[in-house]
Amino acid sequence: MSELAQSALPGAAYEGFVTVAEAGLRGMITVRGDLAGLAGAVKDATGCAIPAQRRVEQAGAKAVAWMSPDELLILCDYADAPALTASLATALSGQFATVANVSDARAVFTVTGAQAGDALAKLCPVDFGAMTTGDIRRTRAAQVAAAIWVSGEGEMTLVCFRSVAQYMFDLLSRAAQPGSEPKLYA
Amino acid sequence: MLLLTCPCCGVTAEETEFAPGGEAHLKRSGPGSSDAEFDSYMFNRKNPRGVHFERWRHAYGCGKWFLAARCTMTLEVFGTYPAQTLEPPAEIVAAIKAKRPDWEGFA
Repeated sequence: MSELAQSALPGAAYEGFVTVAEAGLRGMITVRGDLAGLAGAVKDATGCAIPAQRRVEQAGAKAVAWMSPDELLILCDYADAPALTASLATALSGQFATVANVSDARAVFTVTGAQAGDALAKLCPVDFGAMTTGDIRRTRAAQVAAAIWVSGEGEMTLVCFRSVAQYMFDLLSRAAQPGSEPKLYA
Repeated sequence: MLLLTCPCCGVTAEETEFAPGGEAHLKRSGPGSSDAEFDSYMFNRKNPRGVHFERWRHAYGCGKWFLAARCTMTLEVFGTYPAQTLEPPAEIVAAIKAKRPDWEGFA
């Protein structure tokens, strides 16, 4: 069977002082509205509470990220996203809120290694030393917007627009070149 | 370099993460105003050497607008506050007065 849905750079990976890999297709749903009013529907759909400012709540395969005072990003399996979007839209009908499946508009990269923060610090005006597991920070990576989630010990997940996926992969690969460690944090 | 703290998401970031939006607290001259008043609202902007109130947008972050009080000469930031204010809040004015005793005040 042919695979119609493909991620931006299937299988792209680079091994430097950290490992850069394209994470493949990931379900992403943007929910906007008054966060307190969304709490019930989001809890039913994902099992997660509304995350605190700039935090990510995880429950199994699903996660909810705080994106702005009126925006959440739900992360789930790619195949689950359309059904989850539909059920959320039903649950929130009548409320002043929007739900959009943005899975195909995004690309996801993982940067793995003890020095993941050092590699990203070359590209982003962010103090990665102050970020702990479960933190998310929207910023820029060189010239494009990105959201960086500290998804585990020594693991950063970076979300960007799919249209800049190649640019982002090239940036991250260049930043991870062996011998170019800035040694800021590790 | 300008370091601003976004009051909407609490992030302190440098200038490149923000987009400038010009002078803050502009008041539109509404219907019935004279041509001179509307002309002034439309085109005349303050350009002080010192304390200035500006609009900024956290373009690469939460995307929200906010206001900042800063010194155009030293780039010192006195404070940032929500965009939903018609004039500088008391604590911002106090912070400016503490640093610039001879500041003539918001007008």
